[in-house]
Order: sequence, then structure tokens, then C-alpha cells
Amino acid sequence: MKAGKTLKVDIWRGGEDGYYQTFAVPYQTSQTILDVVTYVQRKLDPTLSYRFSCRVGMCGSCAMTVNGRPRWTCRTHVDLVAEDGHIEIEPLRNFPLVKDLAVDMSVFFDKWRDAKARFVPSEADLDGFANVDPASRERKEASAGIECIGCGICYAACDVVAWNPDYLGPAALNRAWTLVNDVRDADPNGHLKAVAGDAGCHACHSQQGCTSHCPKSLSPTASIAGLKRKTFAALLKGGL
Amino acid sequence: MSGRLELWLFALQRISAMILAPLVLVHLATMIYAVQGGLTASEILARTQGSTIWALVYGLFIVSVAVHGAIGLRTVVREMTPWRGTGASAVAALFCVAVLVLGFRAVGAIT
Repeated sequence: MKAGKTLKVDIWRGGEDGYYQTFAVPYQTSQTILDVVTYVQRKLDPTLSYRFSCRVGMCGSCAMTVNGRPRWTCRTHVDLVAEDGHIEIEPLRNFPLVKDLAVDMSVFFDKWRDAKARFVPSEADLDGFANVDPASRERKEASAGIECIGCGICYAACDVVAWNPDYLGPAALNRAWTLVNDVRDADPNGHLKAVAGDAGCHACHSQQGCTSHCPKSLSPTASIAGLKRKTFAALLKGGL
Repeated sequence: MSGRLELWLFALQRISAMILAPLVLVHLATMIYAVQGGLTASEILARTQGSTIWALVYGLFIVSVAVHGAIGLRTVVREMTPWRGTGASAVAALFCVAVLVLGFRAVGAIT
């Protein structure tokens, strides 16, 4: 598209039983979807609710469904997604809707807690820092999953979450996998037990919706496969 | 449902898959071999009747399919229908028993 053109933007308004409202937004070069939403809120309708913070792809606040796919809107250019100058913006799937484009993220983070996806410190080592070999398999596995920004895009992209609302989801399981591989963590079997339940890693079908949509190019699918292997081995060894 | 049960079901499904993978290849290869000169019941029965090996192969096949299929069916029922609890497990258990009964009946008939 060229500067001076106008985008036709359909934005979801209201709650679950809401509707699409159409806005005309001037197109600009290098314009992001977050720029479009911000333009609508500041120039056309100040009652539009949405969430953002850093604007540079670090905080994970601004994820929305854009033309049917979950995306981080601050790093998604209009040129990438607009279809004949048309953009449809909805709230993230699989989350309770608060209003317009703002969803309630608490269920998502509650599942990080339920997956025991937090570091368990061991006895304080007064001799200094833990030595973790950067070339070790564990460190590489942890590094592969560590850059998650908690945006919820994988959770919105996951069909298993849609089918089973109790499923812990890709992000929580990915975080648990990084901790299982953290040699400083004091309770690796505790992490495995937490994710081995009814709605844990074994519910994953490896469809890779999470992996194909992750804006950080992480592979929660690979992390979940790792958890399946580790829980299987721990079961056979009697560790669970 | 306890995590340990889910984990055991996962383990059983993985193990049965490992058994099934080579058995399916043997089954397909035998089918291709068997139809080379036309397909007749007498030819098949001549190969299988009185054969301990074929009885063992297909007996193991039936047990693996019953376990593997039933656990998979339980997951499908739990995800796609309102039966999330014992209903899904009951459907899966019935399926497992049906496969075992029909399967061993067939194995008994050809060996």
C-alpha cells in the first residue's frame, strides 16, 4: 500500500456477545497494528479498551487476534497482514474477555503457578555462584525456552486449551521445562509431578500451533516433548 | 484423575506404539506378499493354521491395538464430548474389551 490510502479496520467491541465496529484509519509506512489501534483510541473513539506497555516486543502485553491469527501487535506491520487494506482485530482466543480487545490474563498466569513453574532455590551456596557449563545439554535446553515474554499468544493458538480449559498450556509447560533443566533448581521431580497430571504435558497433541505462532520463535512443543520424555523416565525409575 | 494414572496411560500408549510400529510393517509386508498370486482363504489358512509364530505375532498385535486404541479413544472422548470423567474411561474400557474379544476370536479362527 501507499501513504495516503485508508485502511478499513474492523475492531471487536463489547464483551463476549459484542460486535465488530468499522473504522477508517489513514495508512502510513512502517505502521504497526498497535499504531492502528492507538490511532482509533486517540482520534476516533476514546472508549476503546486495549492493553499495551513497552511497544518494542519485550513486555508481552499487546497480543491480539489480527485477521484470524494471534500476534504481538507492536511488532506486526500492517503491510504484513492487511488484506486489500482490510484488517480485523479481535481479542485473544481462549481468554475470558474483559472488554473490546482487553482479556483477563489471570487464568494464564494462574496456570504457571499450578505448573510449579517457578524456581526452587537450593541451600544457599556461600562459596559463590553456581557454575553452569554453557555447552552442557541442560543449559542448552533451558536457553532454548528461556526468552518467553508471557504474551499468551501460544495459549490463544492452542486447540488443546480450547478443548480442555484445565490444560496448563504451552507457556507454563515451557517454563517448567526450563526449570527441570536448571541444575541449580532444588526440586526437579516436583516440577515433573506438577506437569504429569490430567491437564499437563501429556494432553499436548504436538500440533505446534504454539510453535508456529510464538513471536519469539520458541518451540513450546519441543519443551513439552521433553517433559513427556523426562516424566516417562522418572516414572520408570520410580521417581514420581 | 490422578497424575500417576495419566502418566501410566501415556507410558502404556508409548510402549504399545513401539510394539505396533514393527508389527504393522510385518502385517503390511505379509499382505503385499500374500496377494501376489491372488487372494484365497485356503492359501492364507495354509500359512497360518498350526503356526505358533503367527499366533504370537497377531496375539501381540491385538493386545497392543486394544491398549493403544483405547487410551487414544479415551483422550478423544474427553476432548470432544461432555464425558470428561469416568464416562470416557468406561467407553475406552468397553472398546478395549471389544477389540480383545473380536481380535482373539479372529486369531483363534486362523491359527
